[in-house]
Formats: sequence, C-alpha cells, structure tokens
Amino acid sequence: MLDGRPFDILDYLRRDLMPHFLCPGCGHGIALRALLWAVHETGIAKDRLAVISGIGCAGRLAAYIDANTFHVPHGRALPFATGLKIARPDLAVVVLTGDGDCLAIGGNHLIHACRRNLDLTCVMLNNEVYGMTGGQVSPTTGAGRLTTTTPQGNREPAFDACGLAEAAGAGLVGRELTLHPPTLKNVIKEGLAHPGFSFIEVMSDCTEIFGRKNEMGSSGEMILSQASAMRPTSYGSRGATAPFHPNAFPTGVLARNERPEYGAHLRAASASDDGHD
Amino acid sequence: MSVQVRNLQGNEACALGAIAAGCRFYAGYPITPSSEIAERMAEALPKVGGAFVQMEDEIASIAAVLGAEVGGTKAMTATSGPGFSLKQEVLGFAAAAEIPCVVVNVMRGGPSTGMPTRPSQGDMMQARWGTHGDHPVIALAPASVSEVYTQTARAFNLSERFRIPAVVLYDEVIGHLQETVDLRESATLELAERKWARGSPATHLPYAETDDGVPVMSRPGDGHRDHMTGLTHGEDGFPTQNPEAVTRAMDRLLGKLERDRDAIDAVDMLACEDADIVVVACGIVARAARRAVRDLRAEGLAAGLFRPITLWPFPEQAFARAAEAAKIVLVAEMNAGQLRLEVERLCPPGARVVGLGRIDGTPIAPAEIRAKVQELTQDA
Ligand code: SF4
Repeated sequence: MLDGRPFDILDYLRRDLMPHFLCPGCGHGIALRALLWAVHETGIAKDRLAVISGIGCAGRLAAYIDANTFHVPHGRALPFATGLKIARPDLAVVVLTGDGDCLAIGGNHLIHACRRNLDLTCVMLNNEVYGMTGGQVSPTTGAGRLTTTTPQGNREPAFDACGLAEAAGAGLVGRELTLHPPTLKNVIKEGLAHPGFSFIEVMSDCTEIFGRKNEMGSSGEMILSQASAMRPTSYGSRGATAPFHPNAFPTGVLARNERPEYGAHLRAASASDDGHD
Repeated sequence: MSVQVRNLQGNEACALGAIAAGCRFYAGYPITPSSEIAERMAEALPKVGGAFVQMEDEIASIAAVLGAEVGGTKAMTATSGPGFSLKQEVLGFAAAAEIPCVVVNVMRGGPSTGMPTRPSQGDMMQARWGTHGDHPVIALAPASVSEVYTQTARAFNLSERFRIPAVVLYDEVIGHLQETVDLRESATLELAERKWARGSPATHLPYAETDDGVPVMSRPGDGHRDHMTGLTHGEDGFPTQNPEAVTRAMDRLLGKLERDRDAIDAVDMLACEDADIVVVACGIVARAARRAVRDLRAEGLAAGLFRPITLWPFPEQAFARAAEAAKIVLVAEMNAGQLRLEVERLCPPGARVVGLGRIDGTPIAPAEIRAKVQELTQDA
C-alpha cells in the first residue's frame, strides 16, 4: 500500500513503456488491473513484489509492472518462482501465466507446484487460445471452437484447471471473471494472503483473435457472455446450455486445502540440522 | 579439526566442492550416473542452511536454480546426457539474461537413452552449442576426483564473475571413481562474489556496458525493480529489435569472456615443449594418455599431452604453443570425433590431426593410445 493512498494503477505500472501491446478490448488488461489492485490492498511494497511470467500475451504483462519482474521461457515460470521463493521467502512471488503456458507446456510444473504447496500465487489468465502466436487451439478451448489449428472446430475436451489444481493439492483454488473486477480483485487478494500455493484462474477474453474467429461480438459482448455461452461444459454446474447467468460455473474461492507450507518445512529442516557435520 | 583428507567418489567431491564454493541451493532430477550428487546435496545442504529440492523434471530443476540465483543464492543442478538435452532451453535463457548457474553433466553413452551406466564423452559439442542461438558458455572438464572438487568450485567463481552458465563436464568413470582428496584446499579457495548493484536505482541500467563487459545485477528487494527477459534486450533490460541496440548487446554478450581469458583458460600439459606428437585428451582419457605418454617417452618417442581443463572456450593460445613443434596431433576421446573438430580448426599448419575414438562404452586404455602413437610415428 502506497502510504494509504487509494489505488491508482499508474503507481504500479512502468509508465515509460506505454502504450502497452494489448489489443483493444482484451480481457488481460482488466486482469492486470485487478492483480495490481489486490497487491495494493494487500499492502505489498513494489520492492518486495516479484512477478514471474512465461510466454504469451499473459506472459508479456509482467514487463509493465513496476516491480521485480522476470520474463522466463515458455511454461517455466512456476519452477523459476519456486527457486526464487525458496531463496527469498521475504518476497511476495506472483506467477502471471496463460492457459497454454500454464496447462500445456508448463502443465507438469503446475501439478507439482500445487502438490508442493510453496507460498506462491499463480494467476492464470484463461482466454481459451494461443493469442500471441496467432490463435491456435489451447488446452482450455471449448468444444467446437474455431481456431487456426482447428479449422473444422475443436474436437478435444477442455481442461478444468481449477479441478486439476484442487486435485493436485493446491492450498487455495479460485476462479473469477473479468466481468467483475472488484470480485476478481478480492479473489486474488485471498490468494496473496494464503500461506501456501494458490491458483487463481481468471476468465479473460481474446477479443481480437479468438472472438473475431468465432463471431463472438464486441469485447463488451464477449465479457458479458463469459459466464455462459463461451465456456466449456467441463466447468460444471449449469454449463454452456443454461441461460445467461454470471455464475453459470462456480466462481470465487472454490477450494481450500489446509496443508503445511513447503518453504517453512525446508527452513525447519535446515534449522534443525544447523551446526552438525 | 576434522580429518580433511578423505576418500571420495567423484560425484561426492562435486557436491562438496559446490558447497565449499558457497552453493546453498540445489534442484535436480534423478538420472544415472549423476544421482549421487543430488543425494549428497540433499544430505549436506540443510546442514549449512541451504535447501535441496527434487523437482518434477530436468527443466524445472534448472529453472528453479535460476530463480534461486536471481534471488542471490548460489545454486547448482546436475544431470547426464538426456537431462542435459532437456535443460538446454533454460540454459540458453541463463546465457541471454546473464544469470549465473552451475550445471554438471556426468556423461554417459548416447545418443538418446544410450548406455546409462557406461562412460562417454559424447556431449563435448552439446556443452558448447546445446542451446539455440549464438551464446557464450564456460565448460570445465576435470580428470580426477580432487579436480572435480576444485573445478566445481571454480565453475561457481567463473559463473558469478562473468554472469554466465558454467558447465562441469566429466565422464561416468570420473563420476564414480574413488580417490583421496585433500579438502584442506578448500580453506584456501577464493570465492568470487557477483557484483551487486548499489547506489541509486534511478541511474541503474541492468545491462549497461561496464569496464569488464559484465553488467551489474540488482538484487530483488534492494529497490531497483529490474526486468529480466529471454527476449533480446537493450541496456535497460527491456526487449528491443532495434538492429543497432541488438548488435551492441550481442557484441557485449559474446565478447565478455574474451576480455579476461587468463582467468578462464586452464590447461595441463606434459612434455609438450619438444613433442613431435601431442595427444589431446580430457577426463578419464587424459589419465590413460598420461600413462601412454610416459611410456612412450621411456621408449624414446617425443610424445606430449595437452589436456584442456577449461574445455570451452577452448584454450586456443595454450594449444597453439603446445602444438607448435608437433608433426602429429592425436585427439583421443570417447566419442566419434567431437573435440577433433575444434583441434583441426586450431591446429598449426605444420601438423596433421588424427583421431582416436571409442563409442562402445568402454574407456580408452593407455595401451591403445600408445599403440596408436607408435603406428603413427612409424608411418611418418
Ligand atoms: S491476441 Fe488476444 S489475448 Fe493477445 S492481446 Fe490480443 S486480444 Fe489479448
């Protein structure tokens, strides 16, 4: 928190890098704002904040944050963050990643980060597509969706990332829409506050590539339809065929898994061994 | 004072050398024939306030090592061929973002899964060119258990000083060899520490040109709030595709090792001054070659041994001197002729380069080298 000032996103951005690269209407901007807002309200000083991102449109966001930022190879943000957090427990370490980065090329790392339960906050922006590379199918693309690599429509089922994270043992699992920035901010705050691994899935929108290809309307229309039409039925509850309702699939904090935090365990092991040969 | 002369296995010496050099974080994945390094680190690191993590795979291991390094903790990972292949992506990131780290590769037979318990020197070129794109790298090739200890420590020092990934490369025989090591050397070990940014964050440029070509790194939490990326970046650390800025950045990156080769180059030579035939070898093959050269000298043949301890960058000046008078340079190695390529490139015009390779998973014996030299000198 900057001396009790109200949240101003400009306090947390590298302003000299503006304008940013995001397409008009892209949901990632809303997600970035919610993350920084949560950082502000949690009272994490920028010097103490480390943001690690991988590759993709979500991956490029870290560079705009006025903090200690690391833009690492595709999928490798979580293990890099693991090393940093173990070396520097004093830092608040946030991983900012996308659905391809986190669930495909980095999928193994996600499972084990959940299982290990080190105090990291992983914010995964799910826009159902590889936007940066031009709109290819991703592990969260809905059934039947058109992408450049599914010209006949996607035939693979989509991942339920939160279900995966919960099953793998993540300390806290949450999901929120960019449709509700204050609620999204609150869920990310829960993740930042949780002393263990937290996984937050943000339903974002690739308006320019995915939306256009699937004739999903303007960015406003896409965001309004986030909770219903655009998301795969694997997300459970009322699913894709139900009439519009902003909570057509579960959102908010979905699971808490009270387990020992991994870093504390390592430090205890190291302290108890101290002084012996 | 505890006993400092100990009987150690090569892989154990590697772990102890790392700890002596200040390594306090290890991340790894089990793989033959390097697993003893991880096992030893798992036992030893908590005792010195460090941390050991067995990661989910080889890629995660090196990524975690880099994370610890940017946080300010010296860190290492160890592997063998297949794992070394997997680590190349992140190793390239370390070279590009200039993050120090030490990667040990205990070489086994390849390609692919190859012969996991058999020695090889098949990764010489991978250690140089394993990751994509033009990049600098340091690789050290110890030939005894005590040298594994000192060269692992030296890898940390060079890596810190030049902000570059340092590879320690040795074959399975050296890894599992038991020898006596005098750990008292560790008391005299000088430790290099990274230049850390101090002073005003406002004027700090994370990749600025410096007198020695090595930029000054900032520590998270010290107020600099830098950005690090694998994208080609300018002095401010942010991506650039401006041809001039890219050229400047790449020239500095590729040139930084050349500014102090004396600190990097390390060789061991035996009787090269007047040698007609110089044997080039490293690792366990150099041990065989040493025996062969001694025997050949006793027979009256003017043989010598050139052993690069720093393998990459190849110590070309020392080699040029060693081969100055030679008519034949024999490169003995447990691969199909990788080091020979480099030697051919650097060999003085008066000498002929011949290879002696073995790729069947058995070490090259002294008698083999001796016989080859005898055959070559008879031809000549
Ligand atoms: S390509 Fe898609 S995800 Fe990427 S910035 Fe544009 S709209 Fe956003």
